[in-house]
Amino acid sequence: MKNGKHITMGIESSCDETAIAVLADGREVLSNIISSQIEIHKEYGGVVPEIASRHHLKNIPFVFDQALEEAGVSLAEVDEIGVTAGPGLAGALLMGTAYAKAICAASGKPLVGVHHIQAHILANLLEHPELEPPFLSLVVSGGHTILVEVRGYNEFKVLGSTRDDAVGEAYDKVARVIGLGYPGGPKVDKLAREGNPHAHEFKRVYLEKDSLDFSFSGTKTAVINYLHSEEQRGNEVNPADVAASFQEAVIEVLVNKAMTALDITGYKGLALAGGVASNSALRARLQAAIDERSRKSVRKGGPEIRLWIPSPIFCTDNGAMVAVAAYEKAKLGLFTGLRLDVWPNLDLETGLDKLEV
Amino acid sequence: MIYSETIKLKGPEDTEALGRKIAESALPGEVYALVGDLGTGKTTLVQAVARGLGIESKILSPTFTIVQEYDEGRLPLYHFDVYRVSSEDDLFELGFDEYLEGRGICLIEWADLIEELLPEDICAIFLDYGASEDERYCRIVSPLGPAEPGKKGGAAAAEEK
Ligand SMILES: Nc1ncnc2c1ncn2[C@@H]1O[C@H](COP(=O)(O)OP(=O)(O)OP(=O)(O)O)[C@@H](O)[C@H]1O
Ligand SMILES: [Mg+2]
Repeated sequence: MKNGKHITMGIESSCDETAIAVLADGREVLSNIISSQIEIHKEYGGVVPEIASRHHLKNIPFVFDQALEEAGVSLAEVDEIGVTAGPGLAGALLMGTAYAKAICAASGKPLVGVHHIQAHILANLLEHPELEPPFLSLVVSGGHTILVEVRGYNEFKVLGSTRDDAVGEAYDKVARVIGLGYPGGPKVDKLAREGNPHAHEFKRVYLEKDSLDFSFSGTKTAVINYLHSEEQRGNEVNPADVAASFQEAVIEVLVNKAMTALDITGYKGLALAGGVASNSALRARLQAAIDERSRKSVRKGGPEIRLWIPSPIFCTDNGAMVAVAAYEKAKLGLFTGLRLDVWPNLDLETGLDKLEV
Repeated sequence: MIYSETIKLKGPEDTEALGRKIAESALPGEVYALVGDLGTGKTTLVQAVARGLGIESKILSPTFTIVQEYDEGRLPLYHFDVYRVSSEDDLFELGFDEYLEGRGICLIEWADLIEELLPEDICAIFLDYGASEDERYCRIVSPLGPAEPGKKGGAAAAEEK
């Protein structure tokens, strides 16, 4: 507790980022440190720390100190510590959980194990105090593409997910073939603004009627096929048109499936989450589709339909999302003992009990 | 003797059939290196192998997770994608060595990126784009091949049938 406020720390290290945040009363972000956003030249106690992607072991102590310092909070004032226990890369997860367990063991603070996707979804709560379950969520990131019913803070029902590539993965791969660097998602988004989204009609894959699953490998391959055939014919391609048309194909499917999910479930709101939720075209197109839906609903005397999207800093992997999830789990009494394991394939629907050991 | 053969996959059905044949004859401990550019069908082939092994879970592209393990089939399947692997440490952390020695079969997408870390007696499957959108060329190079009578393992044995 600090000044009468409940203090939660969240630790995230499931993939490339080492990130730690401190929240007051589960919503107010006191600090949110993300390793890739730290300026490398920033001096730390006289030494320049080596902050590198996936170098969690080296990054964590530095990020931890920064998070407390920027929040103006001491470890003694922290009420509980949340940590991502899965899914993710085993070695990466292990660094975060081992560090969290060590701190909890030494300080006696309670530990809360959190599911990475749960954290991404609940990041929406940070800036939208009115939002509470149940609602529908679309999670889009480098490793995940999921439509899910959020039935409670710790209860999820997956309606559909990708059968091959995740959205963010398809973005990164298309970025590579049109010569943009890694990570390519934001670069494709930017380049697409200068292109014609209908220059090419790249394959859209909807799968079986009413299926809420996704498939993006066919769209990825359609882009590559187009580039190959133009190359063979000796034709120049316009990368901006390719980026815009690829993006159009992907976003059309995402938006239409999200609308189908709203039809099927009857939910009155959708929360977008995950790294690709920063994509400006996706945000704009979803907003337009939701606004249209909302107008129709209101015209018929129904409620407004809402879209929630976190600010980009809470879309990317971050500690604040882990902290807000930990705060809600703590309120439900769902703590984790120091025997917490890591779960690289942790299932969102059926795996959450594994975090209560 | 090293077995080598190039076959034409006219469409996803042919890739599916090849995967199923590999699954039929695969033996514990075998390692398959899948080499080919983006979208040539490495994951698609692994999906077919998995179905052939009787695995019903969704087989996703493991580009992000680097490895996925499936235990419910006739043999465990360890599906790697080393596209994003940036150092030997990355693989070591994931227990790469243990997987290679495991009871299941290892299928490794982008195996050419970690050539120096692979054992010698592996089956390499090279995939390449063909003349049309759905066509692929597939070259199988394998010391597991039909040379040894009695030992029916690997893609080469599958192709022989
Ligand atoms: N004959 C074929 N064999 C395999 N895939 C085919 C064939 N014809 C078309 N395809 C399509 O090509 C795509 C292959 O994509 P897939 O993700 O399997 O490739 P990949 O080699 O794993 O790519 P990556 O390098 O991104 O991992 C699929 O959409 C598949 O349907
Ligand atoms: Mg693949």
